[in-house]
Amino acid sequence: MKKDARLAIVLLIVVFAIIVIPLFALKGAEFGGSDDAGSEKVEALTGEYEPWFTPVFETALGGELPGEVESLLFCVQTGIGVGIIAFFMGRFVERKKNEKGSTSC
Amino acid sequence: MMRTRSPRKVDDIPIAPSLYSLSNKMGNSLLAVRDINHIYIVVEGSVIQMTKSQKKILKLSVAFAIIFAVTPNVNAMHIMEGYLTPVFCIAWFVVCIPFLVKGFFTMKKMLAENKKSITMLAMAGAYIFVISALKIPSVTGSCSHMTGTGLGAILFGPSVVSILGIIVLIFQAILLAHGGLTTLGANTFSMAIAGPFLSYGIYLLCKKCKVNKRVSVFFAAAFGDLFTYCITSIQLAVAFPSTNGGVGASALEFLGVFAPTQLSLAVVEGILTVLIVMALENYAQPELKLIGFEEAK
Repeated sequence: MKKDARLAIVLLIVVFAIIVIPLFALKGAEFGGSDDAGSEKVEALTGEYEPWFTPVFETALGGELPGEVESLLFCVQTGIGVGIIAFFMGRFVERKKNEKGSTSC
Repeated sequence: MMRTRSPRKVDDIPIAPSLYSLSNKMGNSLLAVRDINHIYIVVEGSVIQMTKSQKKILKLSVAFAIIFAVTPNVNAMHIMEGYLTPVFCIAWFVVCIPFLVKGFFTMKKMLAENKKSITMLAMAGAYIFVISALKIPSVTGSCSHMTGTGLGAILFGPSVVSILGIIVLIFQAILLAHGGLTTLGANTFSMAIAGPFLSYGIYLLCKKCKVNKRVSVFFAAAFGDLFTYCITSIQLAVAFPSTNGGVGASALEFLGVFAPTQLSLAVVEGILTVLIVMALENYAQPELKLIGFEEAK
């Protein structure tokens, strides 16, 4: 258990480093989405390309989703996901604790 | 009974007298919840009489529908809407069908055998959407996100993940302008089928070779993630062959865009998947045994 905890911390630090280092190493880089890069590549390869179908939601809105709203939705999604995981993990942890101690709930 | 002694007028309360006992109260509130679910099912309109496992699946899908309805279109992985010709759209979709059918039946069987496995299913699904919402800067100076399908593939086998994945993709496509309805088949194949299958294959291989379990989880998740992007590149290449090099040259071009970006993210995904597997092993042994994910000891 102790060993696991140490491993977990080390791994988390590694993850953090992998994510953060590029930000500092590549100052001034755009960090745009790689599917925009994909679209550009398509144009570079085959000349001008006009998508023949536009996303349903964008059609309904008559334009792209505003950036701030986008980041809101982004947070909501992450929040709900983390919520579900945390909820079940919490239950598991409590259950284990109860199993160890008294059997009463 | 309590009501004989209670000064309260029972008639005023439009609920059964049995509600006065606490346990019955809980039973009744559960009934109320069940009623709500019934309303949902009627709204869905497709199935009226459902078995228990079907209800579970529906509940799960409704949960996913709500959750993925709010996924933003900042993700960078799927083939963009309108970027594949109709022939390719249909072809990729047809390719996906057998996997989806298999996944549906596997999931149904699993839930019929023990409905408790829904907990793990929800965890795997939640993991996919947390992971696929995190846009992470990479060494190439652009952002991309991970797939999160590795965990589900390792726990349940790849076909179940194809169902989880397509639900994600459908709602992203409809509401978020991310990916697309026309490119749904191709995206499902890359993210929800090819990636998870490779993950599962690597995991089984590692298990056979007696590789340390955590190491094998890491490789399975990381390569599954990377493979998803390789498939996406090839799909784009087939649809957009380079004018002076054909499909091969085109594939290299697209790989050049996606692969370096994804490389560091694959490592991150591998590590995160190892972490959650560690957590589950620590605290959710009964569930892991239930779904057949045994301890390698």
